[in-house]
Amino acid sequence: MDAAIEAGAVRKHYRGARRPALDGFDLRVAAGSVCALLGRNGAGKTTAVRILTTLLTMDDGTAAVAGCDVRSDGDGVRRAIGLVGQNAAVDEVLGGRANLVLFGRLRGLAKAAARARADELITRFGLDDAAGRAVGTYSGGMRRRLDLAASLVVPPSVLFVDEPTTGLDPDARREVWATVRRLVDDGVTVLLTTQYLEEADELADHVAMLRDGRVVLEGSPAELTSLVGETRVEVRFATADDAAAAGRAAGPYAVGPVDVDGVAVAVPVADAGAVTGFCAALAATGPAPLDVAVRRPTLDDVFVHVNTVEEVR
Amino acid sequence: MSSLVHDSLLLAGRTFAHWRAQPVPFLVTLLFPVLVVLMMGGLFGGAVAGSAGDYVPFVVPGVLALTMLFGLETTMIAITTDAQRGVTDRFRSLPLHSGAVLAGRCLADLAASVAALAAMTAAGFALGWRWSGGPGDVLAAYGLLLLLRLGLLWLGVWAGLRAPGLEAVAAVQIMVWPVGFLSTVFLDPATMPSWLGAVAEWNPLSATADAVRELFGNPGVTGGSWPADHGQELSVIWPILMVAVFAPLSAVAYRRLNR
Repeated sequence: MDAAIEAGAVRKHYRGARRPALDGFDLRVAAGSVCALLGRNGAGKTTAVRILTTLLTMDDGTAAVAGCDVRSDGDGVRRAIGLVGQNAAVDEVLGGRANLVLFGRLRGLAKAAARARADELITRFGLDDAAGRAVGTYSGGMRRRLDLAASLVVPPSVLFVDEPTTGLDPDARREVWATVRRLVDDGVTVLLTTQYLEEADELADHVAMLRDGRVVLEGSPAELTSLVGETRVEVRFATADDAAAAGRAAGPYAVGPVDVDGVAVAVPVADAGAVTGFCAALAATGPAPLDVAVRRPTLDDVFVHVNTVEEVR
Repeated sequence: MSSLVHDSLLLAGRTFAHWRAQPVPFLVTLLFPVLVVLMMGGLFGGAVAGSAGDYVPFVVPGVLALTMLFGLETTMIAITTDAQRGVTDRFRSLPLHSGAVLAGRCLADLAASVAALAAMTAAGFALGWRWSGGPGDVLAAYGLLLLLRLGLLWLGVWAGLRAPGLEAVAAVQIMVWPVGFLSTVFLDPATMPSWLGAVAEWNPLSATADAVRELFGNPGVTGGSWPADHGQELSVIWPILMVAVFAPLSAVAYRRLNR
């Protein structure tokens, strides 16, 4: 598939900063997919977005968005993109509708067309009651919906969504997620930056983990979680003897070393068959467990894994 | 070029919409210079010119020039607020003509200054101020005032883009006062210690104040020094110099915002 975003060896060192914000940043996002750029504060997420949206120039490297080079064809990039997030605010004094009309007209829509489009988006994003009110009075969730609407006045082919749910309550967060999913259904390519693994898991086809200004790990959420480990069956017993006995019984079902720690046993397993097999063996011969849990690895584990490596280095 | 005009007008229209949405701050900016004239005329008119009425023909043209200096704050606040809140970045992420955002600011602020000059002129007439110059001279006087505003506008745009935050605007708001007082706006520099008088005479604000007093046919300063005798020339040179320096600096600062 064609790449909607392509970045190679991008480097950016802010004047006066100790380390470069981006240092050999590579990324390829297929058209029509959702890529989550995941990283801690300071990992370089926002710098990457600002470079790809032409708000910032890179020191070195190459980058193209929607087939347009960010350096030589900035206008082409700007015509193709939408930007949502802390980097692209709307006017707080004007109402939501007035903002959308302004952005429509700045994108070249005639007055009537801009008004019609604004009304359509106001309704679609559930802002009818607040359309005439100053945006400064909006709640966080309403503001974010207006941000999204403002970036869709002229439908973009690539949408950059920079930390869209930071500071939102869970309901508003789900609302934003639903909106992003609807966009993807329309065929928009989305680059999402987030600190929340749950968000990447929910929305992204492809996750790129950023650390120290470069992508250190990428793949589908399933691929990444399989990197940090297998599914584990965790069982707790009343006594350490029971746990030791269960540890011995687990041998045939484990795909790695069985971990016995006091009264707790953790058995790495390959599939669901191994889980039921181990449980059946426990029921037939072993001591009665106090608690049984099956734990799958999450992106959280990957995140911790990646960042632990960072701290060790 | 047509996209530059189109986009600038739209962005100037945004500022006009702000005035409609928040008329009180806009009216305060319009009326503040009037308050200054009333205050200075009432407080110092007697001491400076014998009576408040005799001070009016001298001080009104001065405060017209001072009104242009006050505009610097308006420009800087608008530019810094947009830059800080990320509104400027939203504009920068759109396929606009690269000069449109700053040109739109210029149009809106010049329009605001025309309104402020009108308010101050009306107040001046109410206080008994009259011009005796011909229509061409009067138009030239207002032209010089707006030219000063244009120079200060680009200074404000540049300072606003470079300001680390709105706190920096507060510093400029304070600095406006010594710059305003150290000029011929309120007093004849002949009454000041000679070194202070020289500073006041070289102040760009003084050049415009002296030049418009002459064009309006109002009483001027004593003169005798080079800058005092060349107010008309300096009132053109200073603003053009400011535009020549700060417009290109602003264009660079806009392109490299937040880096």
